[in-house]
Amino acid sequence: MKTALYDSHQRLGATFTEFAGVSMPLKYTSIKEEHNTVRDRVGMFDVSHMGECKITGPDACDYLEYVFTNNVSNLEDGQVRYGMLCYPNGSVVDDVLLYKESNESFMMVLNASNIDKDINWLSSQQEDYNVTISDVSHSYSEIAIQGPKAEQIMVSLFKDIRTLPFFYFQTWKYNDSELIISRTGYTGEDGFEIYGDHASIITLWQSLLDKGVTPIGLGARDTLRFEVNLPLYGHELTDQWTPLEAGYSFAVDLNKDFIGSSVIKKQKGHLKRRTCGLSLVKKGIMRQGYPVFFNDQQVGFVTTGYLGISTPGSFAIAMVDAPYYKIGQALEVEIRGKRYACNVIKKQFHKKNYKKIGG
Amino acid sequence: MTMTYYSESHEWIKVDGTIATIGITDYAQHALGEIVFVELPDEDDDVEKDTEFGAIESVKAASDLFSPISGTIIDVNRDLEDEPELLNDDAENIWIIKVEMSDLEELNELLNKDQYLKICE
Repeated sequence: MKTALYDSHQRLGATFTEFAGVSMPLKYTSIKEEHNTVRDRVGMFDVSHMGECKITGPDACDYLEYVFTNNVSNLEDGQVRYGMLCYPNGSVVDDVLLYKESNESFMMVLNASNIDKDINWLSSQQEDYNVTISDVSHSYSEIAIQGPKAEQIMVSLFKDIRTLPFFYFQTWKYNDSELIISRTGYTGEDGFEIYGDHASIITLWQSLLDKGVTPIGLGARDTLRFEVNLPLYGHELTDQWTPLEAGYSFAVDLNKDFIGSSVIKKQKGHLKRRTCGLSLVKKGIMRQGYPVFFNDQQVGFVTTGYLGISTPGSFAIAMVDAPYYKIGQALEVEIRGKRYACNVIKKQFHKKNYKKIGG
Repeated sequence: MTMTYYSESHEWIKVDGTIATIGITDYAQHALGEIVFVELPDEDDDVEKDTEFGAIESVKAASDLFSPISGTIIDVNRDLEDEPELLNDDAENIWIIKVEMSDLEELNELLNKDQYLKICE
């Protein structure tokens, strides 16, 4: 499968990779260069492979309180909230963004690798609720523009974008159509995510290229999110452990009941394992799946690892058994049969740089 | 006289008497992408034909380095510890290890330049 922007990526000389069955640009020039461009200036990603679904109807709020781990009742119209969908055993179906249009109309943005699974899951849980769930992924393309200069670029196209607060969205007229723009992102920098029909997004992408915005591939998308401790489903989030074990308690509101909440509430305060940050003492690279040891006992495994790009060092996020996940603990990672010393550190290897302004 | 051979795993081998100097080809560095780390063996380690002696890591993945010949390592290019990207810049001229070969017959199983270029097609 291809996104609407595929031809542009080809013309730009992208190296492609398959992600969730879609041909996506891995990089255009170099992952490190693209990563640094986003941190220093601005870059844009084709994220059209992501899924979108509409949840509408009189019971939309109640239904979402039930399936979504985070608070729905205090969402304003125009607000976005990050959260997860969980199974009854507390493990994760997917992490999602929830956009509230009105009490009876929401959009949920899903990971590309989980679209069918999520839609099936959401449909399977709607029996007692008067809601309609529709998969509208094929109707939308999406661009994420991220970096300290993202707002400056966007202002030249969307006059009042400056007043859009972090984790809020609005619709803007664009050509003969409409775009949904939210101040959200997956890089730890200020930026926007823009959803629209394919033709509009193709036009917008070209306009942004003409303004000198650098296209960025999925390679840098992963190194950017990793440095600021944002999770990737299949790595930090899976159907094998809960959001608390994954270390993302801010995605979960334990003051309410939701599918999986009873299990999660029971384990709060006495987690048997949790993710932590690792820093290698000497040179090397830690990768997903590499085992983590305390003396001769395996106590965990790496979920994602990279050499730092914005912050020097060799880092990983790892799922580690209690009590070894505490900051300062000395552990070892096995890399190709040899043990390398590492220390447990904070998971945010690089500081986030969001722009927070009033509404 | 130095003879140059190639392996199917995209290494070049320059042989002078019994000493083999080994590196990776331009095709290999291009396929790997940005090289960010090289795991090197030590001097005096033994290597065995078709057995892994180290690794090259790009941003996203690790690739094993396979020795095209057997012998004992007599020199390791430590420049690659601080500047792994040298392999992207000039793979055909940047050596990784030098080996005192134990079995010159093994050279008969390697490829010449034309044979190597054919496998790259």
